[in-house]
Parts: sequence; structure tokens; C-alpha cells
Amino acid sequence: MNDSNGEIKKMMIILSKATLENVYAAFVLANGARMEGIEAEMFFTFFGLEAIHKKKLKRLHVATVGNPAMHMPTMVGGLPGMEAFATHMMKKEMGKIDMPDVEEFLDILTASGVKLWACKLAMDMFHYKKEDMISDIDGVITVGDFYKKASGSGTHMLFI
Amino acid sequence: MEKIICGTTIEVNEEGYLTNFSQWCTEIGDELAKEANIDLSPRHREVITYLQGEHKKEVPLSIRKVGKSGVVDIKEFYSLFPLAPLKTATKIAGIPKPASCI
Repeated sequence: MNDSNGEIKKMMIILSKATLENVYAAFVLANGARMEGIEAEMFFTFFGLEAIHKKKLKRLHVATVGNPAMHMPTMVGGLPGMEAFATHMMKKEMGKIDMPDVEEFLDILTASGVKLWACKLAMDMFHYKKEDMISDIDGVITVGDFYKKASGSGTHMLFI
Repeated sequence: MEKIICGTTIEVNEEGYLTNFSQWCTEIGDELAKEANIDLSPRHREVITYLQGEHKKEVPLSIRKVGKSGVVDIKEFYSLFPLAPLKTATKIAGIPKPASCI
């Protein structure tokens, strides 16, 4: 901390969830870091892998059950079609504020120099192959590899 | 705040952004670029002219919009202004810092 003066030099963002709001939060934070001249690397683990899975990234949803901010009874949130409806509404609002969709956001992140890493253990667990993931990922690595990439002063790590 | 660049006094805010675009001229742009350790190439100037045009039209700027402008893509934008491209380029262009998260 001393030689970086407390200044943030690098953000290491771990995404473990595949709900749309979490994916967007992680993407906005990574992109926002790059916009400020801060390095950013992302580690996709467990359900977070869906955000870089070629087919699944197009079908990410908002969680309607177990999400108190949805302000709807859990039973209602569980009804068929509710997730699709909430997702549709959220996407509509995002379009209004010029928020890119997941696919375009990934392109922006890559073009901005954000490194995208897939977690090896989670890949094995879900039986995903590297070919299942978008071609822009920088590699499939272990948690140890990710920690090594985080070395240096001024690095902050964030778990989503 | 006042700042003297190339013998002219300009008004800047606490972050060094010009508060009055009409005070901007190419020489001031060159000087501001030097402060950001950037040597302006014709490509840099094209991007700066585009940003100034958007500012005049009062279009809010974001990385995504710049990338879709057809003037420069995001990758090149980052290679031209490696450290915080939108912040740096708007400062050199003499326009306000965009309040954008994307």
C-alpha cells in the first residue's frame, strides 16, 4: 500500500453469479476501472462462467425469487414467465440509458484491455470446454494463477 | 482557477478541464496533451475534433458512443490515449469531463 499511496492500480474482479444484475455490476466495474486508467482482470467462476459461455450469455436472467428488491411476493416471483418478464423490463430500461447487451459489453471489455479468465475448477465441474466459451477469453486458469496475476501494490480484489 | 498556457490565460476547473471552450485553440490542445505525456498525431487530432463536435451538439459522451462513432474504435481509442482515454481526450479537447460510467 505504501508505494502506491493508496491509489488503486488494478482491479481483480471475481464473478461467481450469472444473474443479469450481478453480471452487469461486474462488467460496469471492470469497464469503469479501465476508463479511469486502472487495470482490470476478471475471473469467471461457478455460475459466473455463463457470462462468457457462447450460448448461455445470451439468455441471462434477473432473479425474481429471493430478491427483496423486486418487491414482489416470492410465490409470484416463482410463477412461470416472471423471470422472463422482469428480464425484459430490465433490458428495456438498460437500453434507455445506453447500456450495451452482454455480448457487446464483452467486446467493449476486451477492446478496453480487460483480461478475461475462466476458472479451471468450475469449467471441469460443469464439463465446459474452452471452445464453449467466447473466443476472447484470455485463458482457463487456476485460482492460484489468478492470485499471481493480482500481485503488486495497489491491487484490489472484488468478489461478486 | 486560472492557468497560463502559450502566453494566454485560460479558465480551468480544479481537475484542469477548461471551463470555457471558446478559449481553446490548437496550441492549447498541444500543451494540454504534453501535460498528459501525449504527442498528438493526426489521428489524435481527428478524435479530438470529433469529441468537440459532439460537445457542440450537446451529445453526452461515453466510451461506447465513441466506439460506435465510426471515427475510432475502442481499441484504437485506448491505444491513442492509453491512460483513461475519455478523460484524457476530453481534457485535451478543452471540453468538460464526461459523467459517464460506460
